[in-house]
Amino acid sequence: MKNKTLNPYVAGALIGILLVLSVIITGKYLGASTTFARGASVIEKAVGIDYSKFDYFTTKKGKYGPGSLPNWQLMYVIGIAVGAFIASKLSGTFKVKAVPAMWKNKFGSSSLKRGSVAFIGGTIGLIGARLAGGCPTGHGLSGISQLAVSGVIALVFFAIGAVITARMLYTDRRN
Amino acid sequence: MSLLLYGLITGILFGLIMQRSGILTYEKQVGALRLIDMTVFKVMLSAIIVGAIGIYFFKDLGVIKLSLKGTSIGAQVTGGLIFGVGWALLGYCPGIAAGALGEGHVDVFWGILGMLFGGAVYAIIYPFMKKYIISIGAFGKISLPQILGINHWIVIVVFSILAVILFRFFEKKGL
Repeated sequence: MKNKTLNPYVAGALIGILLVLSVIITGKYLGASTTFARGASVIEKAVGIDYSKFDYFTTKKGKYGPGSLPNWQLMYVIGIAVGAFIASKLSGTFKVKAVPAMWKNKFGSSSLKRGSVAFIGGTIGLIGARLAGGCPTGHGLSGISQLAVSGVIALVFFAIGAVITARMLYTDRRN
Repeated sequence: MSLLLYGLITGILFGLIMQRSGILTYEKQVGALRLIDMTVFKVMLSAIIVGAIGIYFFKDLGVIKLSLKGTSIGAQVTGGLIFGVGWALLGYCPGIAAGALGEGHVDVFWGILGMLFGGAVYAIIYPFMKKYIISIGAFGKISLPQILGINHWIVIVVFSILAVILFRFFEKKGL
C-alpha cells in the first residue's frame, strides 16, 4: 500500500491551491516553457554564438535573453525535478528507465530510436509552445484559471494536435 | 533572492504532488492523449477549477492581479497544433518533463535537449512568426467574461458543472 497513488482530483485541487498561493505570495503564475527558450540563449552565449542577432532574445528588454536567468521560473522547473526525485525515492517508485513500456510494446527497445524521437518531439514541442505563448501549465493551468481566451484556445489546439499525433503513432497499420 | 527560493519551493511542491499522483510517466501522459487513461486530464481540470475559484476570489478582494497572456488566434491555433505534435512524440509536456527526469525516466533527457534546441530554432524563426502568424487575429489580453459580457463567477460555475459532468463520464467509463 505504500505505493498507493494520490487521488487525481485531490492532486488537482492541491495544485490549484499551490497556484493561488504562489500568485498571492510572489505574484507568479506557474509556467515552464519559457525557461527552455531562455536556456537556449544562455547556451548560445556560453559557446560564443552572437545571440543578440536574434530579435527574440533581445525583445522586451531581454525578457528571453541570457540576462533573464536565473529567475523564479528556472528555479521552479528545477524544483519540479527535485520534488519528483524526493517523492519517488521516499515512496520507492524511483526507477531509471531508458524506454517506456508502452513505447517498447509498439516500437521496440532501442533507446536510440526512443531518444531520437524524444529529441525531435522536444524540439517541435518547444517551437509550438513559444509560438502559442505557453505550454499546458502556462496556458492551460494558469491561463484558463484566469479565464483567459488565449488559454482556452491554446489548450484545445494542444489537445487536438496531440490526440491526432498519438493516434497516428499508435494505430496498427497492418489492420 | 527570496523570489528564487520561492520558485524552488513551489517547484518542489508541484513535483511532489505530481509524482504522488503517478502522472509523470510516459504511459499516463500518452495514455491520456490516446484517450485510454484520463488521469492526467482529471488532475489538470480539477487544478484549473480550484485555481479559477481561488484566483477570482482573491482578485475580487484586491489581493492579486491577473496576468493574462495576449490572445492571437494565429499563434495559439498554429502554435497549439505544433506543440501538440511535439507533446505526443516526446510524451511529456515541458513541466512534466522536469518531473519525469526526477523520477528516473532518462528518455526525457533527450527531450529536454530537444526543447533547448527548439528554443534556439524559435529565436531564428521568430521574426517570420511575428509578421505572418502572431499578427493573425491578435486581440490582446482578453478574458472570457470580458468578451461574453457576463460576470466571471457565471463562467466559473458553468466551467465547474461541465468539468463535473466530464469527470462523471470518465468514472462511469472507467477511464
